[in-house]
Amino acid sequence: MRKTLAVLAFALIGTSVSAQTIEQRIVPCLACHGENGQSQIENTPSLGGQQAPYALIQLFMFREKLRVFGPMNEMAKPLTDDDLRLFSDFIAKMPKPAATADAGDPARLQRGQALVQHHRCDTCHNPDLSGKENVPRIANQREDYLAKTLAEYKDNSRHGYDGSMADVMGQVTPEQITDLAYFIARVR
Amino acid sequence: MISHSSAPRSLLLTGAFLSAFTLSAAAQQPAAPPAAGAPPAAAPLPPGSPLIGRPASNEAAAKLAPNAPPPIPAAPDKLPTAKLKVPAGFNIEVYAAGMANARSLAVGDKGTVFVGSRLVDKVYAIVNKDGKREVKVLASGLYRPNGMAFKDGTLYIAEQSKVSKIEKVEDVIDNPPKPTVILDKLPKDEAHGWKFIGIGPDNKLYVPVGQPGNNVLNDDDHGLIRRMNLDGSSPEVIARGVRNTVGFDWHPETKQLYFTDNGRDWMSEDVPEDELNRITKVGEHFGAPYCLQGNIVDPEFGWGKSCSEFTAPVGLLGPHSAALGMRFYTGSMFPKSFKNVAIIARHGSWNRTKKVGGDVVVVKLNKDGTMKSMEPLITGFIEDNKYIGRPVDVLPMKDGSLLVSDDWNGAVYRITYGKQKVAEKN
Repeated sequence: MRKTLAVLAFALIGTSVSAQTIEQRIVPCLACHGENGQSQIENTPSLGGQQAPYALIQLFMFREKLRVFGPMNEMAKPLTDDDLRLFSDFIAKMPKPAATADAGDPARLQRGQALVQHHRCDTCHNPDLSGKENVPRIANQREDYLAKTLAEYKDNSRHGYDGSMADVMGQVTPEQITDLAYFIARVR
Repeated sequence: MISHSSAPRSLLLTGAFLSAFTLSAAAQQPAAPPAAGAPPAAAPLPPGSPLIGRPASNEAAAKLAPNAPPPIPAAPDKLPTAKLKVPAGFNIEVYAAGMANARSLAVGDKGTVFVGSRLVDKVYAIVNKDGKREVKVLASGLYRPNGMAFKDGTLYIAEQSKVSKIEKVEDVIDNPPKPTVILDKLPKDEAHGWKFIGIGPDNKLYVPVGQPGNNVLNDDDHGLIRRMNLDGSSPEVIARGVRNTVGFDWHPETKQLYFTDNGRDWMSEDVPEDELNRITKVGEHFGAPYCLQGNIVDPEFGWGKSCSEFTAPVGLLGPHSAALGMRFYTGSMFPKSFKNVAIIARHGSWNRTKKVGGDVVVVKLNKDGTMKSMEPLITGFIEDNKYIGRPVDVLPMKDGSLLVSDDWNGAVYRITYGKQKVAEKN
């Protein structure tokens, strides 16, 4: 079912029929990224409450293939500059994702929290990890996506818009990535 | 794990889901037991981190972070040109727009203006055809192609870790070949990894390598300016102690190399200032990271050092102001007082509560080559302590006008003096 939806998604997203509202046009995106801003699919980020400037930069990078991920490169290909702004503004207004239902292991949460402070994640991403401007909201993002992304920044296989995250991740170990993702996904 | 877009879409998507599941399987494996629990609170930040030196528990400092420009270039009618201020008698107009993250500038013999970028993968060419200007993408798929230089028909392009060239570039703009690499194996650090390049009166190519972080003790491959033959051979380090220079030019009379250098962050709101430096002999050390702005020993690395051991700047350009592109003006269009002045683009601060810079300034020199004065030429890029544009490079043209790039808006402006603007309206 998901596959069918997503194939339909590709068919729909490119047809920027002016009569379609943003609510209609974003349906294909939400097939993977989840209704109400919360993703239910592995390694696929929740979009709700994302900072609009960050979302815009990512959509731009997907369109220009500065960030390489086949499905998203295809999705973004036909979008105009105005489309990119429309989608990123809409995403920002969707409800932010909720923390995972489980309270989490206190010891791991504590380790993760210490790492967030230690590496100053909270300086650019804000103390509540809600992000600001070009710096994304990471609070309550999917744990698997957080871990994947941090690993990609660390080995520079994901090139950031600028080099900040590559620099920050230089000294973060794989074990620390696991704890960071665990905590950030559950931060309350 | 990355799918390629040439496959049919349904296949692609299946691939995506498969990758997703594979990855998630890996992610769901039990976490390795942590090596040593929580890290010690005072462990160092990674060498490149812009947060090195950030004072702890300070609310004002916690609000500061580098500003990323919007990814999409502003539409020509949305450019802030009307808000930019120039002195009486000067005019400012849009020369070309629509070039995402427009950075360093170079001009060809036939008048083509080449524009590099840092956050996208492109080099642009602004061509003049039948009195009309047109922007073309000259090269794409490059990594942080910030540096541009032109000599004898050839364009030199500096990416993060290599320099390449396109010969007879102005004859092949409609069908450009891939750039030919002349120099690679430069360090790949993200911090201060983008480059400004230039070709000197000695017909050598000058290529800097910045320090790999805000305030770091660097190895011998960083914090320097090299020169080499135009084919990349016989490289020679001509300056050390250079934190991050993103603009230089040679004095029209003395032929000495002047370069801007950005001072470190997080020491304070008001010091150190960015520097204007001059190389008088090969191998000079300009102080970083031991001595800042010529008269402050660094609180961390300056112990046991004295500023007298290093070459002092010839002038100071403001704290955190991000003095980038600089060129000497030798044209005849501007008033006589502009003869041989240095025109400098100050990109503007991020590491300061009240922003400074975000302007283009005119620096006049004393007879001994040191800085005499600094006056504004273009202001208005900052509105309510926010950027509405950020100047990066300046380029005097043959007719005496001046081009200025703006990476916030993806545009190039043209500054003229006299009645040009009126003439255009006729």
